[in-house]
Amino acid sequence: MLSFYDWLLFLHVASAFALVAALVVYWAIALAGRAVDRPRDSLRYFRIARPANVLIIGGTVGTLLFGIWLAIDAEEYEVWDGWIIAAFVLWAIAAFTGQRGGKTYAQASKVAERLDGEGRGDEPSPELRTLLKDRNAMWLNVASSAAVLALLVDMIYKPGA
Amino acid sequence: MRVIALIRPDEWNLPLLMHVLGAMLLVGALMGAATALLSGWRRDARPYTRFAFWMLLAVALPAWLVMRVGAEWIYSKEGFDEDDEPAWLGVGYVTAEPGLLLLLISILLTGIGMRRLRNADPERSSALTRIAAVLALVLLAAYLVAVWAMTAKPV
Repeated sequence: MLSFYDWLLFLHVASAFALVAALVVYWAIALAGRAVDRPRDSLRYFRIARPANVLIIGGTVGTLLFGIWLAIDAEEYEVWDGWIIAAFVLWAIAAFTGQRGGKTYAQASKVAERLDGEGRGDEPSPELRTLLKDRNAMWLNVASSAAVLALLVDMIYKPGA
Repeated sequence: MRVIALIRPDEWNLPLLMHVLGAMLLVGALMGAATALLSGWRRDARPYTRFAFWMLLAVALPAWLVMRVGAEWIYSKEGFDEDDEPAWLGVGYVTAEPGLLLLLISILLTGIGMRRLRNADPERSSALTRIAAVLALVLLAAYLVAVWAMTAKPV
């Protein structure tokens, strides 16, 4: 018989899986998208990103929500433990940088849709190319992924626990 | 039992990190490949199949290896009795090894499908890539069960 704690742990870990799975898809699309400048080609990649767009929200909210719940439920931990505070900080960095980096790709998606709607889906677009190769967005994604990796390390090693 | 799960020896952390990270990357790669193959089911099969093929070959396969090496490493440290292993460990084995076989079949089918699409109608996906899409979804479902078994440890 599973305890309430077991279910909370599963939901917390499943949320983390959803978050990292979405990041993997985003990275594959971001790297593949760098070689693309035609709206129709980029729209295919944005279509692949749709489930990831749902998972990134569920994963980001779920890890925090179930993580706090776990910390309250487990007698061995407190929400103000050092490694849990570190996790909050890393979560905030990951969410902030990820959201900022994602804005550029959301903008690229809108540009691609607009151009495709105007019947220019197969014409190379310098505007789209600039957005898909945006270095700032790439570095924000690097920062977000590094924060998620640090978060995973923090969760497993639990320094100070 | 719960206290043991919460406080584990420090030397278990690196193999556990490797195992979990590998599994997370594997699930992400399978999800990306499955989405691409399903997106190319009726149209634009060529670019979607190419994306799925590279996702499976360049991300999912190495991730499976990282996950499996991490699993074996932590297994060697935990010192389970081979005759009395917990059921959740069995779920891990059942999903990991046949999972590799299904993954290899998916890579092969997607690779052949990609080659065929070079010369055939690039719009329509082949039966091979459709089978690969189903296999990727089956793998995803199996790994979700494995995540549940590994974290909740029912028995």
